[in-house]
Amino acid sequence: MDLSTTYLGLKLPHPIMPGASPMVDKIDLVKRMEDAGAAAIVMHSLFEEQLMREELATYHHIDVHADSFAEAMTYLPRPDEFNLGPDQYLEQLVRIKQSVELPVIASLNGFTSGGWIRYAKLMQDAGANAIELNVYYLATKADETGDEVEQRTIDILKAVKQAVSIPVAIKLSPFFSSMANMAKRLDDAGADGLVLFNRFYQPDIDVESLEVEPTLRLSDSSELNLRLRWLAVVSGHVRASLAVSGGVHTHLDAVKAVMTGAHAVQVVSGILQQGPDVIRRIREGMTQWLEEHEYDSLEQMRGSMNLLRCPDASMFERANYIRILQGYKV
Amino acid sequence: MIDASRSAKAGMGRRINTIMQTCFFAISGVLPREEAIAQIKKAIEKTYGKKGAELVRMNFEAVDQTLPTSTRSRSRPRRPHARAPPVVPAKAPDFVQHVTAMMLAGKGDVLPVSAFPIDGTWPTATTQWEKRNIAIEIPVWDEKLCIQCNKCAMVCPHAAIRAKVYEPALLATAPATYKSIDYRAPEFKGMKYTIQVAPEDCTGCNLCAVVCPAKDKGNPRHKALDMTPQVPLREAERENFKFFLDLPEPDRTKLKIDVKGSQFLQPLFEFSGACAGCGETPYIKLATQLFGDRMLIANATGCSSIYGGNLPTTPYTVNRDGRGPAWANSLFEDNAEFGLGMRLALDKQGEHAAELVKELGGLIGDELVSGILTADQGTEQGIAHQRERVVALKARLAGVDGLPARRLLDIADYLVKKSLWIIGGDGWAYDIGYGGLDHVLAMGRNVNILVLDTEVYSNTGGQASKSTPIGAVAKFAMAGKSSGKKDLAMMAIAYGNVYVAKIAFGAKDAQTVKAFQEAESYDGPSLILAYSHCIAHGYDLSLGLEQQKLAADSGYWPLFRWDPRRLAEGLPGLVLDSSAPKVDVGKFMANETRFRMLDKTNPERAKMLLDLERHEVATRWAIYENLARGADPIAAVAAAQTTPKAN
Repeated sequence: MDLSTTYLGLKLPHPIMPGASPMVDKIDLVKRMEDAGAAAIVMHSLFEEQLMREELATYHHIDVHADSFAEAMTYLPRPDEFNLGPDQYLEQLVRIKQSVELPVIASLNGFTSGGWIRYAKLMQDAGANAIELNVYYLATKADETGDEVEQRTIDILKAVKQAVSIPVAIKLSPFFSSMANMAKRLDDAGADGLVLFNRFYQPDIDVESLEVEPTLRLSDSSELNLRLRWLAVVSGHVRASLAVSGGVHTHLDAVKAVMTGAHAVQVVSGILQQGPDVIRRIREGMTQWLEEHEYDSLEQMRGSMNLLRCPDASMFERANYIRILQGYKV
Repeated sequence: MIDASRSAKAGMGRRINTIMQTCFFAISGVLPREEAIAQIKKAIEKTYGKKGAELVRMNFEAVDQTLPTSTRSRSRPRRPHARAPPVVPAKAPDFVQHVTAMMLAGKGDVLPVSAFPIDGTWPTATTQWEKRNIAIEIPVWDEKLCIQCNKCAMVCPHAAIRAKVYEPALLATAPATYKSIDYRAPEFKGMKYTIQVAPEDCTGCNLCAVVCPAKDKGNPRHKALDMTPQVPLREAERENFKFFLDLPEPDRTKLKIDVKGSQFLQPLFEFSGACAGCGETPYIKLATQLFGDRMLIANATGCSSIYGGNLPTTPYTVNRDGRGPAWANSLFEDNAEFGLGMRLALDKQGEHAAELVKELGGLIGDELVSGILTADQGTEQGIAHQRERVVALKARLAGVDGLPARRLLDIADYLVKKSLWIIGGDGWAYDIGYGGLDHVLAMGRNVNILVLDTEVYSNTGGQASKSTPIGAVAKFAMAGKSSGKKDLAMMAIAYGNVYVAKIAFGAKDAQTVKAFQEAESYDGPSLILAYSHCIAHGYDLSLGLEQQKLAADSGYWPLFRWDPRRLAEGLPGLVLDSSAPKVDVGKFMANETRFRMLDKTNPERAKMLLDLERHEVATRWAIYENLARGADPIAAVAAAQTTPKAN
């Protein structure tokens, strides 16, 4: 069965790849993912905060008490040469490129147009085949409009596009008031790919200590539906290739994603829970399913269930909402 | 005018040197302005180099923003009649007026030699006259929210926040903004309670606000202590603090001495020049609260000698009876012996006084003689009674002729039990003064040794000591120390007759208080190893208490007490006060620049040393656990023979 696909201009034998996660910190795990047949490697994000604050904090803690007492000039040695997170990231990128034959997609995460964008170029120089730009932003300021948030997202994409010649995908959150329009604007701005969606880590509340606590819950298949809907909506309107991220755990999840238009299928929680071999299982499951259902190729299936082609588009739209609410009997 | 700290806040933390330097060159004219600015920028680039592109940019920005405004600061003060307040208030003692104040004003060179005390003894209780006003923010107390735990007073490195219980009637003359509330616990029913900040002595370190457990349920960001800008509060709180100080101290003999009770005792170590957030001074302060009115201190050179006895002011102070610690500093290499000498002198004076009491028995009276000679001074009450007897003794000796009586009058105070403390850092105790420390432990005399363990030579700028742990980067250990921290506790335990405690007030304050009491009451050598967070660890010290908790929880700094008295009762000598390691030690280490630095310069080695430290933690814990069970500690070491070797 021909599962081949083209994502961000990269010709891939099939669409299954690990999504951005800390798994790429271990070279042996990266190799295991290659052995399991991953189509590409997506690195975890290098954060704007890491780029800016680590530099500031490292010097801050070395220097903050320097010259503060007559007895000593400094309190910590200052090495001539040291590596900050970004250097380590780029070094890891080089190591991954050296250890596996797969295309490597580096990831950059930020939401201001600052000096950090130059790292996109450094990623390209280090051998990245593409960049996944992750715009993880929580609009918490009451005086910031949706327009401003959207415009900034587009500006950042343009700035990164300008800095590099390799393809750039943008990973989005589902919280835009007009996702279809936003996708189109990003497409017009030159996005080579859209990744739907970011998972927002929702903090929890400790009611005893009255503290807000970070939580990390892995995804399950129930999170896929949100992605399927928006893939279906966006696919058919944009030139950019599409990737699904969040909620793919089985070959049927992957099939659904491709049917709604995905060119690439990213898996994270599944690999974390079951190990890299889940990539092989999903791929083999897809092959088998496509054969059983007599498809010629994956390409034939792609987008078959998007908004333009599915038999009843209203199911993705408002009518579905009305029907479900009214159909629920207590 | 330049608000340097505000300008620096955007990214540069509290460091205002770039801004102040620029002001200096812009105004002083020692160099042509353009040249000066070019040189400053060159220095910034050299300092932060290629890894600090963002810092270079921010510092450049600070320089450029400082320039246009700084020249205007030459304008004359708006209030031509405004005068600087006197260096010290008029009610300060004569010596402070004439000698200390001159030094505070930077005119020490003008003082003639004759102004100094002829025997080299300097008066204590003088930091109270030096109001530094260095805190940008100070804690404000919400009395209604407060749960009256006194933890804020416990952790304060500068005795700048205090607790008191007192009679309600005393509030009649309180200043308008003075706060108080009913005391909640049963032991002082009907009394009032106050937490009061010393606004001009607080350093703004935040520890009290961090440790405060009382959150407003409707708005948990608000606690019973909130840090608030100092300037608008200064005047009112100064009056409030003065009123607070004048309130009577509670009766020591009626207090239950735990964390809370200890903080009702007057600290006799206050407002030192230690760093904001210092991890050492809370221990010394606590010791002076518990024993300060009869304490002698032999202090090794190091941070504790600098903030403890540096000119011009002395943080050791006296209570209303004029009693307070007597303090002297010796050299790095002989402080333990110095302290032992003080012990021998105390013992000899006491012994001689007792002989004289017997000799003059007829004059003194049998009842008083036997009262004095057989006194139980194991409690605050016992000591108070002995003091009364000594007063009575002195009254009977007054006016009596003859050498024995006059001699006894001189040394009668030695009949009251003294508390001898030998204090220093790890550079002293583990390294340079170790031979002497070991000797003094072996002598079996009643000395109390407090090691303020920052795991590095702090005062001289962060050189490695034998207390420095595996994986820490320090001067002389740039590649990360590969050998383990010397286990001074085990070495002392090996003597069998030494009381040993390993404590961390941020991890378990109750154990800290208990260890001090046990060490002091033990009639033999006692060694307290006190975890002290330090600027040389490279993190924000307002998080020091959290780090101490992590240190204990990860097994990095296990808490325990070894008491030879327990052996005599047939119990294991060691009591563990922290639980088995439940957090990876790597989590503790990742929070501090001293460890993290290695990860940045040599990640492979950092990882190798982290594994070594993990092994070290596990082995040490196994040893202590065996000791606590009364089992053979060596068996634990043998069980852990797969030690990876450091390169």
